[in-house]
This record gives sequence, structure tokens and C-alpha cells, in this order.
Amino acid sequence: MKKVISFKLNGEDVEAEVEPHWSLLHLLRETFELTGAKEGCGKGECGACTVIVDGKAINSCLFPVMEVEGCEVTTIEGLATLNGNLHPIQESFVANGAVQCGFCTPGMIMSAKALLDENKNPSEDDIRTAIAGNLCRCTGYVQIIEAIKKASERREP
Amino acid sequence: MMESQLKSVGKRVPKVDAREKVTGRAIYIHDLKLPGMLYGKILYSKYPHARILNIDTSKAEKLPGVRAVITGFNTPEIRIGFMKDQPVLKKDKVRQYRDEVAAVAAIDPDIAEEALDLIKVDYEPLPGLFDPEEAVKEDAILIHEYDAKGKPLKNNILKLPWRLIAGDVEQAKKESDFIVEDSFRVTWVTHCCMGTSGCIALFDLDNNLTIYSITQIPFLAQNDFNAALKAMGLKGKNTRVINTVIGGGFGSKLDTHVYEYIAILLAYRTRKPVKILFTREEEFFAQPPRQPAIIKISQGCKKDGNLTFREVDMLLDNGAYTSWGATTPSVMMVPISSLYKVPNIKYTARSVYTNNIYAQAMRGYGNPQATFAVESSMDILAEAAGIDPMEFRLINVNLPGEITPQNFKVTTCGLKECIESVGEGLNWKDAKKNKKKKRGVGMSSLIHVGGGARVYKSDGHGMIMKVDDFGKISVITGAVEIGQGSETVISQVAAEVLGVFPEDIQIIKGDTSICPWDVGTHASRQAFVSCNAAITVANKIKKEILDIAGKYFNVDPENLDIKNRVIYLKDEPENSEKQMPLDKLLRRAHFSKHGTMIMAETFYDPPNEMLNQEFKGNLSCTYAYGTTGVEVEVDTETGHVEIKKYFAAHDVGRALNPMLLEGQIYGAAVMGTGYALTEQLILKQGKVMNDNFLDYKILTAKDKIPIVPILVETIDELGPLGAKGIGEPACVPTAPAIANAIHDAIGVRIKDLPITPEKILKALKEKEKKG
Repeated sequence: MKKVISFKLNGEDVEAEVEPHWSLLHLLRETFELTGAKEGCGKGECGACTVIVDGKAINSCLFPVMEVEGCEVTTIEGLATLNGNLHPIQESFVANGAVQCGFCTPGMIMSAKALLDENKNPSEDDIRTAIAGNLCRCTGYVQIIEAIKKASERREP
Repeated sequence: MMESQLKSVGKRVPKVDAREKVTGRAIYIHDLKLPGMLYGKILYSKYPHARILNIDTSKAEKLPGVRAVITGFNTPEIRIGFMKDQPVLKKDKVRQYRDEVAAVAAIDPDIAEEALDLIKVDYEPLPGLFDPEEAVKEDAILIHEYDAKGKPLKNNILKLPWRLIAGDVEQAKKESDFIVEDSFRVTWVTHCCMGTSGCIALFDLDNNLTIYSITQIPFLAQNDFNAALKAMGLKGKNTRVINTVIGGGFGSKLDTHVYEYIAILLAYRTRKPVKILFTREEEFFAQPPRQPAIIKISQGCKKDGNLTFREVDMLLDNGAYTSWGATTPSVMMVPISSLYKVPNIKYTARSVYTNNIYAQAMRGYGNPQATFAVESSMDILAEAAGIDPMEFRLINVNLPGEITPQNFKVTTCGLKECIESVGEGLNWKDAKKNKKKKRGVGMSSLIHVGGGARVYKSDGHGMIMKVDDFGKISVITGAVEIGQGSETVISQVAAEVLGVFPEDIQIIKGDTSICPWDVGTHASRQAFVSCNAAITVANKIKKEILDIAGKYFNVDPENLDIKNRVIYLKDEPENSEKQMPLDKLLRRAHFSKHGTMIMAETFYDPPNEMLNQEFKGNLSCTYAYGTTGVEVEVDTETGHVEIKKYFAAHDVGRALNPMLLEGQIYGAAVMGTGYALTEQLILKQGKVMNDNFLDYKILTAKDKIPIVPILVETIDELGPLGAKGIGEPACVPTAPAIANAIHDAIGVRIKDLPITPEKILKALKEKEKKG
């Protein structure tokens, strides 16, 4: 039985017809064709599907689609402006070598954004905790942590 | 090119594909859909070893939405693998749990999955062989009764005898003052690419195949797939391999894999594009891991510490079928024969079929396994001889100009600087003299191929460069980017030679119908070969441009150069009369009578040698060296190991891009630490028991390892602007460095990986018992 849900997606009011058993990730990738969030495991173990729902970074592969009703959802596609201006965290990932194969990158950036939105001046441990659920096999996390740290410094007034 | 003049090379230039990746715009195989595309799913075996009696697909075929159900009985036989010992779909026997017995194509993945449940397979279970030491016995049951040519097999030992002899080990033993002998074990670990495996196959009306792929070896894959087409009765038909963005490689894509052939068979049957995409569980149990091995090693030295011999005998668990990974003993020879100066070498290795998951190469291609044994043994021998382990390594250090027992010609070699700088970082002498309780230091070095590796008949790389009317340069390359950054360093090097900026370079790649041949992204060779090609071809382009400019200005082209996109006179660089923007000149050259387009190509094949029948020869035209040193603290109550310091010194020739280079070192160091301490694919009677990230533990951001990379630049004569390979090296020495540090800390030596808290506590208990 399909149901209709409405929510805010990357700042825009949207409506979608969904199967109640879908995950938010399925809705984003299949219905809205927003393929920035990746499915790395489908079980909430790797974080590649991380998006922000009402300010919190969540694994969209586990997030039941019916719970999105009335929420505000931000995906990686919602960060850069259409004319190519990157969000400071994205800029920092580029400038600091935080990207290799890039499969974990959108999820990693969304976790970082949720952190920096809440904590303007996170410690290294705060950063490590915020991305603890985002696995990366390429970088050893070093340059990712550095990129998030530098992005937070840049955002300081 | 003078050091001080370098504009792009040596700079921390961001990765050229980073913007696409941080915005979620990069298209991975997961993101790609074609009109009319079907979804393929694979049915795997229920037993590790069994005879297939019957496969009934009738119910599955009737399920609405199913477009094809294939088995070994209704498709032509395609045999794959290094020894062509694996049929894609099995029909006589299954030899491992992951054996593919049937596959379905359906209009959506859920229907395909449902159809798998409707396929009924009758098996007659057979006894299984899971222990390589049992499998190697003469009276063991046979896993393969026949080889690929139908010749009966007598035992389970692969007909790939590895044997390297140099000097006289028996005589050297007599002349040694100290000899140690030990046995080490390494187990399965898996690549854990964050992007799971997948492909889309489709045929055109003429039966030519296009496959969207994530392979590291597109041109060898084309060759493999063309052979499959031939087996399907499509002789003379061609394959076009198109790569999407790849979600991690690490050696997992050096073979063509069963799922790809299944997608091809399904696409041919249905005449539709068919996509197969692995789940994470499949990625764990149906993607071949790194080879396990049992390694016996003996080494000797004189009183003065000079090594006298090294003898290694190895038994590898190949699993049920061969991949290219069956040849990893050839690269294991590199550290065994040539890490430190050892005049007498004996190395033998046997690889044996078992009913375990079949293995393939993974970052280091056997080197991490072999180096774990060699470098653990180095510490044991140093202790026996009463020599400090760092001093012991320096006594035996490799030096430029050396020819090793395997006939490697050492050109540049910064190993001594690597060892010394790591020792300095760790305050080695002080750490040894004023030893803190439960704290210890350890080090390990590495040698790896650094200038390509001739494991295939060509180690070449083709490249085409063309310049457009706007001064932009297209580089058409066979290089495969798997995250390491080859496209970025190619851009830097091309920009350097041509006097333009890296952003003026566009990389065109990932299509066997467009790009020239390259053997693949393996052996840490991509920057070495593709940047060497880029230098040659960019110089050709530059010569053409300057010849045209010379005619225009009526000056000797030798007196012209290009800087910041402007052609200028070298004698009078400030003379604006004799300057012209590059794009303007290009348009002039193009839109004139007898106009010309500027383009050039090259095929660079490094001057290295295939190993001869004795496994000797200059496998690589230069070698990469490095040393990893760690300080650990071991909690003797819990067995937990904390890495307090981590120095990774690497002879990189030249750092073409220090930021990307450090990225390779950080990533490999963390992967190596996982190999040392946490990672293990657990198999029980051939079945993978931990097919998820909760039970297979790769390190997370919470595992804090204070890695300090040290770049030693030796400016190699044959390297592009002096550079050597770095993709694999940094993960090679980690495990033995950590094992050596643990021994230094608490006096127990763990000889099998991973070094889990349980193993440490058990060893401590045994040590206590012995008193």
C-alpha cells in the first residue's frame, strides 16, 4: 500500500508516494534520484548513507521512510550552491586531501556538518566521535579529521 | 628540470576529482541505471564441497518479473582464473560456500532475490578440506579431479612450484654464529572497499559487449571478456570496458570476477542491460580475500651481525580456485631475497587447493605476509646475537649500487635514512636504555617494486595528448584512478612540462575503446608509468608548439619556452614583442593555410625484466624502501595494545604531491594496523562467519594512531621527475613493527596475525608458567 508523505528536502517542500517499508535512503536514491548518499552496507554499520534529519546525522539506510513526515532533511546535494560554490566543509575536504576513492565522503561530510552546526569549536575527540560511525578504508581518517578541524576554525567569527 | 623552477610538481595540489566527490556528483556503479535495465542476483552453494545432482529452476522461471534463470546446464561453459580452473556457473561440483550455482535476472532486485529462493538444488555433500596442512597430503581427497585441460590431478598442490635459490644456504648455516628458526601464520583479511562490487553488462545488435565496470585492469579485462565471448560462440566480437568512479580498489579488482561473467551471460540471454551489485554480505563472503600462509623461516648471522642466509618455506591456502593472487609468491620473493643484504637465499612455496574461499591479491601482493615473517625473524635473530635491532638492520642495510641475490639492481636506495629517521623519531636509544614498563619500541622495513613490475608480458602505459584552440590539454590515458590520485599527478606533471596550470589539463579515461592500453593499476606503478608517459608526450607537444612559435617569431625554437600559458623568448623573458599566449598561437596554427592540430602519443614500457625460470631478474626498474617504527603500550590485564607513536619513513624518490603521498601513507598505515591487530575473516568449515562490519573490525576514527610520515627523496634516475611508487609500500611493514614493539614491551612474541588481546593474554600466561 503506497502512502504519501511530505517533508522538507534540501530546503524545498516535497511530497512523495512511498511504500511504508522503504528506508529514507531508498526514497532519496530511487524517487528523488539523489545518489550522493551511498549504500555501503544497508545495515547502519558504515555511515556512507548519512544525511541530516532535523539537525541530527542519521544512517538513512535504517531510517524508516514514514518517520520523515514533516521533517527537514539535508543531503550532500543540499550543501553546495547550484553555481558550484562549495560549503566550507566541502572546501576543506578538497583542500586537505580528505578524499580518496570518495565513496564515504558524502556521509562523512554530513556527519561533520551535523557536528559543526551544533558545536562551533569541536576538539579532536569530538570530531573523532562524530565520525566514528563513518567508515573509510582509504584515508586512515587523518586528513578527514584535519579537514573538519580546519573547517571549524574557518567558521569561527 | 631545476628544483627551484618546479611550479606544479611537489605542490599540495588538491585531487582533480575531489570536487565531484565532495558534492555527491561522482557516479559510482551503484548510481548508474540504464533504460530497460534488469537486476541480476546469484545463488551460492549451500555446501563447501558437494556434488550437484540436480538444479530445478522451473518455479523461479514462472515468477512474474523474472526474465532469465541461468545455470551451468543451460549456458555455455566459461572458465576463468589464473589456471582456468573455475567454471563461472558450477554444474559438476561445488568446492566452496561461495560457488555460484545459478543466477536470475529480473525487473527489480527484490523479485530477483525472491526467485533465488525458488530454485531447488539437490546436492550430495562431500567431505571438505579446510586445513592446508591436511590438503597438501598425498592421500588427501581431491578438490579438483582434473586440470583445465582435462588431465587427471594427483593431489591438491597447485602446479606452480616457487623456488628461488641463491648462493649456498647449507654452507652458510655451517658458517653462521647464530641461527634462529620460527614459524609464522597469517590469515585471511579482506579489502573492505567502501563501494561494494558491481557491473552492468549489455550487448549491441552485433553482439559486441559493453560492460560498465570498476576494474583496476580494464585492458586485461577486455582480453578476459573477449575470451568469454568466444566461449559463448561469439568469436571475433569485442568488449568495451567503461569504468565508473571506483569506490576503492586495494587489489580487489585485479582479476575479472565471476559476477561479471554472470552479468554477461544474463545480458546475452535477455538482450537487456543487466546490473549485478553486491550487498555488503556478498562483498565479505564472495569477494576473494588476501591469502593466508604458514611461513617457516630460518636466518643466520655472524658475530658482527652480518646476515649469512635466509631460508623460507611457505604453504599458502589458495582456496578452491586460482586468481592472479596465486602468483603472490613471486612478489613474496622480493623481501625474502632482497630486504637487507643476505648473500644466501632459499625460498620454496607451495600453494594448495582447499574448500575455503579462494584468495586473491591485496595491497602489497604477498609482501605484507612475507615481511611479517622476515622482519619478526630479524628481531629474534638480533636478540640471539645480542645486537640492538635497529643497529642490526643498519649493519645489513641495502645500499645504492647493490645487486641482490634475485638480481635486482638497486639504483637509488634511501633505506638507511629511513631507518635512522624512524630511530630518531622514536628516541630509539633512549627508549631502549630507559625502558618503561609495558612500553616498547619496534621497527620493520620494506622493499617493494617502485618502478613498475613486469608480471605481465608488457608493463606498458599508453597515453595520447591533444591540445585544443583554447590552450586546454586533454590527456587520454589508460590509467585507472581508484582514489590514489594518479589523475592529479598526471595533471601536475603535464602542466609542469607544458608551462600551463594543472587545471588546464583534462583527464579522459576509463574506456578501452578510447584510451590506449595500460596493464593496470597494480604494483604501485600508476604514477611511475603514467607520469613518465606524460613527460614524454608533453615534451613532444611542447616541441611542436615551439617549432611553430619559432617560425612565427623567426627565432630558434630552442630559445623559446612556455610559462604561465605564455610562450616567451628565453633570452629576453621580459620582451613582450616576443611573447604570445599559448591559446592564441594554437588558434593561429589551426586556422591558417595548411592548418595543423597538435597532438601526440606515446607508449611507455619501463626498462624492467620478467623473472626468468629461476625467478631471477630485475623485476622493477627501481625499488621503493621504507621503515615503520612504533612505540606501543600493552595493557597486561586486558591485552589491549595502544600505539603511542608511529613513524613511517618512505623512500619515495620524489614527492610529486606531498598531500596525496601522505594520504597513501596514512591510509596504508591504518590498514596495516588493522592487519596487525584487529582484522580477520573468520572461516568455520569454509564458511565466512563474520560478513559484516560489526564482526569484521576495520579501524574507525576512534582508533587514534599518531602517524608521522617522513618523506625521503632520493630522486630516482628513471622515475618521473625522480618519483617511485608508494601505493602499497606503507601497509607492508606495519604488522611486524607492531609485533616487534609488543615483544619489546612485554617479552612475548605473537607469531600469528592478528595480534588480538586474547593471544596476548594467553602468551603472557604461558610466559608466567615458564617463569
